[in-house]
Amino acid sequence: MTLLFEISLLVLLIITAAGAMLVKDLISSVLILGSYSFLLAIVWAWLGAVDVAFVEAVVGAGLATVFFLLTLFGTAPKDTRIRRTTTPFVAWFGLPLLGLLLLYVAEDLPRFGSPDSPASVHVSPEYLKNSLQDTDTPNVVTAVLMDYRAFDTLIETAVIFTAGIACVLLLRRNQE
Amino acid sequence: MIQAHESVIVRTMSRLLIPLIQLFALYILLFGQYGPGGGFVGGVMLGTSLILGILVLGPESAPCLLAKKVIHGDGVGLIIFAGVGGLCLIGGGEFLNYSNLRIPWVDTDSHRRYLGILLTQLGVAVDIAVTAISIVISLSSINDSGESHD
Repeated sequence: MTLLFEISLLVLLIITAAGAMLVKDLISSVLILGSYSFLLAIVWAWLGAVDVAFVEAVVGAGLATVFFLLTLFGTAPKDTRIRRTTTPFVAWFGLPLLGLLLLYVAEDLPRFGSPDSPASVHVSPEYLKNSLQDTDTPNVVTAVLMDYRAFDTLIETAVIFTAGIACVLLLRRNQE
Repeated sequence: MIQAHESVIVRTMSRLLIPLIQLFALYILLFGQYGPGGGFVGGVMLGTSLILGILVLGPESAPCLLAKKVIHGDGVGLIIFAGVGGLCLIGGGEFLNYSNLRIPWVDTDSHRRYLGILLTQLGVAVDIAVTAISIVISLSSINDSGESHD
């Protein structure tokens, strides 16, 4: 039953990703990309990363779609239809080869949820063990983001602030 | 280019939805320490509720006027975040080490860290909500100037 769910989710993901690239109309492409983000959010929730799923659903499917659509409406409407060039000859050989190479390399990756994987032996046991006593915060993700890794989050916030300022400087120059 | 949506259904539904989105965003923001969510998602959702108002109810509506006032506060969130870090410095510790926050009625280190996380999350949420609204207003204002040129 879960295998069926996983397979149908994977097929839908591939269909929406291919559709977003292949469709001729840019607005449909943006909307298909939004539905792709929703499916990706389900995948994150399925893997247990609920916080990431939340961000993907809100930012990827909601906010990014609005930004894309506003940009499309801002540019000339005649630009929304795009002509696709024919696929180059190299791509037909190179991309399947790359895929085979990636599948070959994926054999060496640690199994999902394995306790011996490098990600779960370095610092994360310390966080899981101590975060509740240290910070009174049951959600370990929040404790790591906002306390143990607060510097990273501060700089990320500064990056988002810079993005907003850059948008204002570039787009609102001609007002007043 | 942005104007009120013609359909009564869309306008009524978004009038109903905006407070609910804001309520849920506050829940996500304040309960980020107990469940999934936190400052980032809460801030985006707070911004999104106002963006829905801008896009559906038009430039003369209350959400849009509120949004236009709010974008003057760009950077307040960053100041809150960095200010909490500075308070830790004043308290005699490292930057952003919340156990050095000097809050009179809090006596345990873990509770100081708890409050530090809550305050910085508020900062992140304010920063992100304002930035999202500001980008949307910038993007929609190019439409206006583009139309006036034609």
